Amino acid sequence: MMNRKKKIIIIGGGLAGLALAMKFCERNGEVTVVSYQSLKRSHSVCAQGGINAAIDAKNEGDTPEKHFYDTIKGGDFLAHQPLVRDMCYQAPAIIHLMDRMGVAFNRTGEGHLDFRRFGGTLYNRTAFAGATTGQQLVYALDEQVRRHVHDGAAKTLEWHEYLGAVLDSEGICRGAVIHDLRTDEIYALQADAVVLATGGPGQVYARSTNSVVNTGAAATTAYMQGAKYANGEFIQIHPTAIPGQDKLRLMSESARGEGGRIWVPRDANDRRDPKKIPESERYYFLEERYPLFKNLVPRDVASREIYDIVYNQNLGISGDPMVYLDLTHKSREFLDNRLGGILDIYTKFTGVDPRETPMKIFPAVHYSMGGLWTDYGPDNDGLIDHGSPRNQMTSIQGLFAAGEADYQYHGANRLGANSLLSCIYTGLMMARGIMNYTDSLEKSVEDIPSTVFDDTRAHWQNRFKDIKKMDGAENPHKLHHELGDIMLANVLIVRDNKSLEKAVHAINDIETRFLDVKCLDTHDWANPSPSFINQLYCMIHLSKIITKGALMRDEFRGSHYKPDFDMNQPKDFDPHEYIDYLEQKQYGEVSVKKFPADHLDYMKRFEANNEKWLKTTVAQYKDNQPEITYEEVNTSLVTPRPRKYD
Amino acid sequence: MTEKNITLKIKRQDTPSSSAYWQTFEVPNKPFANIISCLMEVQMSPTTVDGKTVHPVTWDSNCLEEVCGSCTMVINGRVRQACTALVDNLEKPITLEPMSKFPVVRDLQVNRERMFENLKKVKAWIEIDGSHDIGEGPIMPDQDRAKRYVMSECMTCGCCLEACPQFTLDNTFLGASTFNQVRLFNLHPTGEMRKEDRLNAVMGEGGIADCGNAQVCVEVCPKNIPLTESIADIGRQTTWQAIKNLFTK
Ligand SMILES: Cc1cc2nc3c(=O)[nH]c(=O)nc-3n(C[C@H](O)[C@H](O)[C@H](O)COP(=O)(O)OP(=O)(O)OC[C@H]3O[C@@H](n4cnc5c(N)ncnc54)[C@H](O)[C@@H]3O)c2cc1C
Ligand code: FES
Repeated sequence: MMNRKKKIIIIGGGLAGLALAMKFCERNGEVTVVSYQSLKRSHSVCAQGGINAAIDAKNEGDTPEKHFYDTIKGGDFLAHQPLVRDMCYQAPAIIHLMDRMGVAFNRTGEGHLDFRRFGGTLYNRTAFAGATTGQQLVYALDEQVRRHVHDGAAKTLEWHEYLGAVLDSEGICRGAVIHDLRTDEIYALQADAVVLATGGPGQVYARSTNSVVNTGAAATTAYMQGAKYANGEFIQIHPTAIPGQDKLRLMSESARGEGGRIWVPRDANDRRDPKKIPESERYYFLEERYPLFKNLVPRDVASREIYDIVYNQNLGISGDPMVYLDLTHKSREFLDNRLGGILDIYTKFTGVDPRETPMKIFPAVHYSMGGLWTDYGPDNDGLIDHGSPRNQMTSIQGLFAAGEADYQYHGANRLGANSLLSCIYTGLMMARGIMNYTDSLEKSVEDIPSTVFDDTRAHWQNRFKDIKKMDGAENPHKLHHELGDIMLANVLIVRDNKSLEKAVHAINDIETRFLDVKCLDTHDWANPSPSFINQLYCMIHLSKIITKGALMRDEFRGSHYKPDFDMNQPKDFDPHEYIDYLEQKQYGEVSVKKFPADHLDYMKRFEANNEKWLKTTVAQYKDNQPEITYEEVNTSLVTPRPRKYD
Repeated sequence: MTEKNITLKIKRQDTPSSSAYWQTFEVPNKPFANIISCLMEVQMSPTTVDGKTVHPVTWDSNCLEEVCGSCTMVINGRVRQACTALVDNLEKPITLEPMSKFPVVRDLQVNRERMFENLKKVKAWIEIDGSHDIGEGPIMPDQDRAKRYVMSECMTCGCCLEACPQFTLDNTFLGASTFNQVRLFNLHPTGEMRKEDRLNAVMGEGGIADCGNAQVCVEVCPKNIPLTESIADIGRQTTWQAIKNLFTK
């Protein structure tokens, strides 16, 4: 036992990092939060629609167990079940906590929390603060962390960049190398544990709904230092974003949660003003194809349908890759109160008011279900032991990951409004485990020879010196866009092995050209160029993980759609049949008469496919390439079965 | 109306202590281009109109949808967010300058640390007992929530302070954004319990009494926060507090 406070370094001031910082300070620990920019400006502020918790405020019979099932089914059964279940059971307390911290959640007539609908569920389960929920949640946690800074328990290093972990001779993480983005100084910090709450990697695609700093570089560096990276190929494409040059700005699912309808003119040549097109000549394709979930099918389903309408049916608006998202049937007052923030974004960037005219939208890269592989400590009740030091630990001992940077909560497809939840949940949940981990260490960080820190620091100093010397012909920002173009063209909504192979080669070309990059700026004050080049290098490696994972996974699961391996579920199939089928199998023979022949055939194929592919993809860095293996998924609580939303 | 190229005149500065200089760039005009997308173009080919290759301009941005507050700068003489400044709506050539009320870090980047320090001075947070599960938050009418929500959209961008004649590079004036935070937290049932601390913090030097009522803050706020209402309200609250202090201190 050491007789000083336990100290950790948290990289990232988004929801996950902030939640952990607050909790760790409360437990009398010492925290340093590192971030590229002011914590308050972290990417989490972009979240619009809301955060899920089965509080059942509308007396619909919602429960955490149903939330758990919806999440698991939404993720096509690829998530470890005890973790997801624990998260869903903690969700109501998390919302009440955020409410106590002053988040301006919309309220009911009686002054309680109000909830709205989101995709992949039939319940009103999403708490929201107008349409800037993420911003409001970040501010509340940022304020609590500021309070701890004021009281001396927490310290922030804003305008600092994390470069890599310091590993001792046994491979245990003992600190982090930090780069001061203003003075250009590179130094090592000691800690009992380091946590990467560094968010998602949308910039690998260059154009996405993500913020500028979301390069995934921190997680990729951990991978190159030996950490496992899991389920990289599962990239969520959000169905509704505003097409644009620099960013594809999101139009939140809450627009549909509040009644927004998606449609195209039935006639591809119909060029009329959308408001002049009568109801009968509009094709509300999601409502027709999915009468039960309608416009609120999960995101993977909605994106595929929009893709089909635009590219297979050639029904995009005026021949362009766009469909209408229509809210004009709702009153101005209602829209301003519940969706004001996002409707203003649309107006600001297109000059068109969505309260008057249907919006034009198209799918965009949005979120990574995959991330650093992390561990967990289950208890005996199908939940998580919150004291387990295994919780959220990467495969490098002492290096933890949380938030979008980890992989555990959303399987093959994330449900809307579940990410803010998983970020805050992981941040809060893991604090106790880290405390216990520190207690279990045989050697404390003070016993580690200083050369360990000096060597790692020198490695990064040299790396940056080398980058500054790069004087080739390639502009790193142009190369980044080319990488993005490759990913957008080949590793998106619809995937096939030929294109994926093409992408693998194209990425290798980019990697070769990277050697010929020019460092555009060699100043040593507030110079973003060397950092960006290092991040670009990481994005190249991350794109390899995503692409190789996608190439090797020969199936259709959640966001990973390969038409060649679609098992073509019979139209009249009911997922309960599959449960019957498994039960009969358990008792001996499956009676052939009980099921229609095509159903039985489908179920056999489904079962065999799960046998082979219901596995976590694990990428490890070997000889400059990702080496892919597969691991079992914990499906101990609900039986994986075919998904159906119509 | 849409020209092929856009001319950007950018005020640059290499370090906080070096002197500023201007450079002019031309970038292709693309549909719906905004100032950040133009700066990205400069990054891709950092050559001035005189054909000189220079180091790319530096600036702050993150969300690119006016919700993070990073990208504040002075565009054609007016302070605003660069990510929502659509090129089509701007006079050409376009001039870009860093904010003048905060120390320049480099080029268009400034150091707004002072704003965050001010949040500490007025204890802009709710003093919760802890983050453990102790049940529901306070019940609140939705109208009150709506009033708070508008104020809580403040993204610490600094537009109001850049525009304010009272706020200077070297004085201690707290400014509209800070007063608005005091009002925001004093309006919350739990936050109200520490109301006096906050009011006392804005009653000294640089406090609410120094506000010259120029009312320009509210005109430049990108989030349409009713800043002058907040200032008036905090004015009233501090008056009461001053009277109370007379009797109790
Ligand atoms: C437009 C949009 C809308 C969304 N809406 C919703 C929604 O309504 N509901 C929902 O549940 N989810 C939503 N999401 C998803 C959700 O917002 C994110 O998944 C979540 O906010 C991620 O939070 P985080 O804490 O993991 O990381 P982030 O908020 O991304 O924060 C990462 C932090 O790490 C720092 N960082 C990263 N790398 C480094 C480094 N190398 N050195 C130093 N600092 C570093 C960054 O500066 C930042 O502080 C939305 C996403 C987008 C893009
Ligand atoms: S980049 Fe976030 S406000 Fe402009």
